[in-house]
Amino acid sequence: MRRAAPEINAGSMADIAFLLLIFFLVTTTMDVDSGITRRLPPPVDNPESVKIKERNVMNVLINSKNMLLVNGMPGDINTLKDIAKDFMLPHYPDNPSYPEVEEASNHLIGNYYASKGVISLKNDRGTSYDIYIQVQNELARAFNEIKEELAMDRFGTKLANLSKEKLEAINDAVPVRISEAEPENIGGGN
Amino acid sequence: MSKFKSSKTKGTPAISTSSLPDIIFMLLFFFMVTTQMRETSLRVKMKLPMATEIQKLEKKSLVSYIYIGPPINQALYGTESRIQLNDQYARVSDVPEFVATEREARNEADRNLMTTALKIHKDTKMGVVTDVKQELRKASAFRINYSTLKGAEKHSN
Repeated sequence: MRRAAPEINAGSMADIAFLLLIFFLVTTTMDVDSGITRRLPPPVDNPESVKIKERNVMNVLINSKNMLLVNGMPGDINTLKDIAKDFMLPHYPDNPSYPEVEEASNHLIGNYYASKGVISLKNDRGTSYDIYIQVQNELARAFNEIKEELAMDRFGTKLANLSKEKLEAINDAVPVRISEAEPENIGGGN
Repeated sequence: MSKFKSSKTKGTPAISTSSLPDIIFMLLFFFMVTTQMRETSLRVKMKLPMATEIQKLEKKSLVSYIYIGPPINQALYGTESRIQLNDQYARVSDVPEFVATEREARNEADRNLMTTALKIHKDTKMGVVTDVKQELRKASAFRINYSTLKGAEKHSN
């Protein structure tokens, strides 16, 4: 008589399946895409037609050697944020060395002064993308710090804790005004 | 004696674990099916720059990707940064068509919420990036996102 085949112990099956499961959990990356979001301006036919007062503009140039020129002076990435923040903060009473300010109000924030300043960013075709992103990041940091201070001043809390309406009000009060010039060769690149 | 003899000595019966593997397998299959694999294979090197002031891309389905970087196969394609759309290298002049196709594939209501994520190698020169941005402007794809990694860059100078 043939002996019946002994039953295979399936008790460790769960462990094997667990191992597989954990392997998949670890290896699949839920890569969250994040980055600096910007809005491109609509194309203009005649770029010369837009005129802004000189005192309202802060010029940031990056050349093909990745060097900065901030308002005509050689600049540095480490100080760029402070310069930009100082420039964009509304200065009242009217100070000719800073951009114009205008009174504005919002039902959530109340009365505030809004700066008319614009940061003009210009780069060469030979500028490295890395530097460009660093500059964009520093400028964004300047704006975020201004927003953070306004939120602290008016609502007494950080930006991250604000409700959606309040956050929108703050974003309206401190618009991120970074204007990128129409591309042209400012020298050095190809 | 009594008719209903309680078998106190037996204790609680062991819970059958024979269906445990099935449960785990179901979990496994669930994860295998739902996790998305990367649908395009990268043909350019990708080393993203770092930034701190970043925002997350909200709706993945409304994002289209443009990759720019030095080709992986440098012996064949050289070291100059190339643009990759979908699965192949493209020229700057192909960008409007790409944007149009991506827009066609979305719901009409969502089309103005579309974002173009620019995944650009950090050593790329701005020339090609500017060209792509100009094409995007012309194609009225205004919302862009420079993909970066989170972290602070060490400033060398």
